[in-house]
Amino acid sequence: MSLIDSVSLPRSFRLPRVDGLIQWIVPLAIIAIWQVASVTGFVPTRVLPAPSDVVLAGWKLLLSGELVRNIWVSFWRASIGFLIGGGIGFAFGLANGLSQLSAKLTDTTLQMVRNVPHLALIPLVILWFGIDESAKLFLVALGVFFPIYLNTLHGIRTVDPQLIEMGRIYGMSDGELFRRVIFPGALPSIFVGIRFALGIMWLTLIVAETIAASSGLGYMAMQAREFMLIDVVVLSILIYALLGKLADSASRVLERLTLSWHPAFQKR
Amino acid sequence: MQTALRTSLPETELADRANFAPQARIVREERPVQTSGLPLSIRGLRKSFGDNEVLRGIDLHIPVGQFVAIVGKSGCGKSTLLRLVAGLETIDAGSIGFGQDVQPEDIRVMFQEPRLLPWARVLDNVEVGLGRDRASSDAHARAEKALTEVGLVDKRDQWPSVLSGGQKQRVALARALVSRPRVLALDEPLGALDALTRISMQRLLERVWRDQGFTAILVTHDVSEAVALADRVLVIEEGRIAHDVTVNAARPRERGSVELAGLEGSILSHLLSADDRT
Ligand SMILES: Nc1ncnc2c1ncn2[C@@H]1O[C@H](COP(=O)(O)OP(=O)(O)O)[C@@H](O)[C@H]1O
Ligand SMILES: [Mg+2]
Repeated sequence: MSLIDSVSLPRSFRLPRVDGLIQWIVPLAIIAIWQVASVTGFVPTRVLPAPSDVVLAGWKLLLSGELVRNIWVSFWRASIGFLIGGGIGFAFGLANGLSQLSAKLTDTTLQMVRNVPHLALIPLVILWFGIDESAKLFLVALGVFFPIYLNTLHGIRTVDPQLIEMGRIYGMSDGELFRRVIFPGALPSIFVGIRFALGIMWLTLIVAETIAASSGLGYMAMQAREFMLIDVVVLSILIYALLGKLADSASRVLERLTLSWHPAFQKR
Repeated sequence: MQTALRTSLPETELADRANFAPQARIVREERPVQTSGLPLSIRGLRKSFGDNEVLRGIDLHIPVGQFVAIVGKSGCGKSTLLRLVAGLETIDAGSIGFGQDVQPEDIRVMFQEPRLLPWARVLDNVEVGLGRDRASSDAHARAEKALTEVGLVDKRDQWPSVLSGGQKQRVALARALVSRPRVLALDEPLGALDALTRISMQRLLERVWRDQGFTAILVTHDVSEAVALADRVLVIEEGRIAHDVTVNAARPRERGSVELAGLEGSILSHLLSADDRT
């Protein structure tokens, strides 16, 4: 085995088990200090409720069914918006990556639209859709579209041309060439797009639900603010963080499964 | 110094074809029985890229099963000639003929880079070489046989990224050979390997060529490699074949023997004198 082969593997993907526990020390310590600070009155509960109060508030909302309903509504909006925006972005990425004509026709336009911050469209979207479901889906889909579009396009354009020539030499049809060479080659880049898009998806949803919604986690937080229920506000924020983390983990698992050939994912 | 340029001699060429034709018909009917090489006739071949006239009239006849090495300065058009033979570039003028109709599977190319699919296991990469026969029921068995020939059957389920440079090139060789090609074009296939791996790859190449009888065209920048492997060494200069040197040494050849060293020296002096003139 040559020197280069044996040296350059990133090590972060095979942490031993002890390290898996180490990463939880700091968050647990923060929660413990926070609890102590609240109980002793060092941090007034009007500013920040104790962790135990947040858990209690979550428990009450869970029993009333309100928590599950709001999480479900937000989760549903996030997924549908992601599927619509991601699907369209992926389709444009494929079309513009594979066809010069399609790229000439649409790429410049899309690059121009990309420069409009999609959250700036909220007033317009409210005028168009009211505070209907479609308003949130539209914003999420729009936010998710660009990272997926750009990374799919980039992935396809950077597939090694020597591999494509090899596929042609060995008689692959267009379909086979796409399935066996172009798509697998573009996949790492597509995953980068998906991870970016997931972040944007939650961000868009939080903003949209806070401004224009009558259900969902963002709405729950805004309602709680009106009634000065600060524990529920903090709870909503934490649940957003948790959902974001879950989505990211899910995409990492998927990435690991589909990119097991990649040197970065190989266990030694 | 002018070594006689070997233009295709009509008699020998006809004799080759006469010998070859009946056999070829049998082979056509029942692939993948042991096939033999194809002859190669190149006439007045020209190729330019824009204003850059790379090949300025190549005339060449290669008999069935011959091992030809092509040497020349970097950028003299060796790869271009090989890509034209493999049908990867279009011909500007002249012709390239194989004495009969050929199937895509009959001509295979190997490059300096292994060009393996990183996301396919070693065995799947070899199966790619079957071309249109990929879907046939014996595809697995044939790929395994080809891997055995290059001594890597125990790596069949590995990802290419865990292989060394030499092993990757052996997988690429197995992929090129799995369809039993009748012409194998090699573009500096060993150029990126270290000295020891090169020598063992040269032995492997010579062995499979002797076993399978394909016609081999090897582009190399290593003159000692050329004289060690080839029946004939062509020197390309200014878009033409400037020297055509026959290597008569018996096989298996002893590397570094006086005979080969003498030939190597004279070919190197051709190359260097061309360098002095420019
Ligand atoms: N696809 C191409 N387009 C333009 N010029 C090319 C192309 N391929 C090769 N050339 C030019 O043709 C010449 C010969 O190239 P090549 O056959 O690769 O040389 P060699 O393999 O002998 O080093 C070089 O000057 C190179 O720049
Ligand atoms: Mg070259």
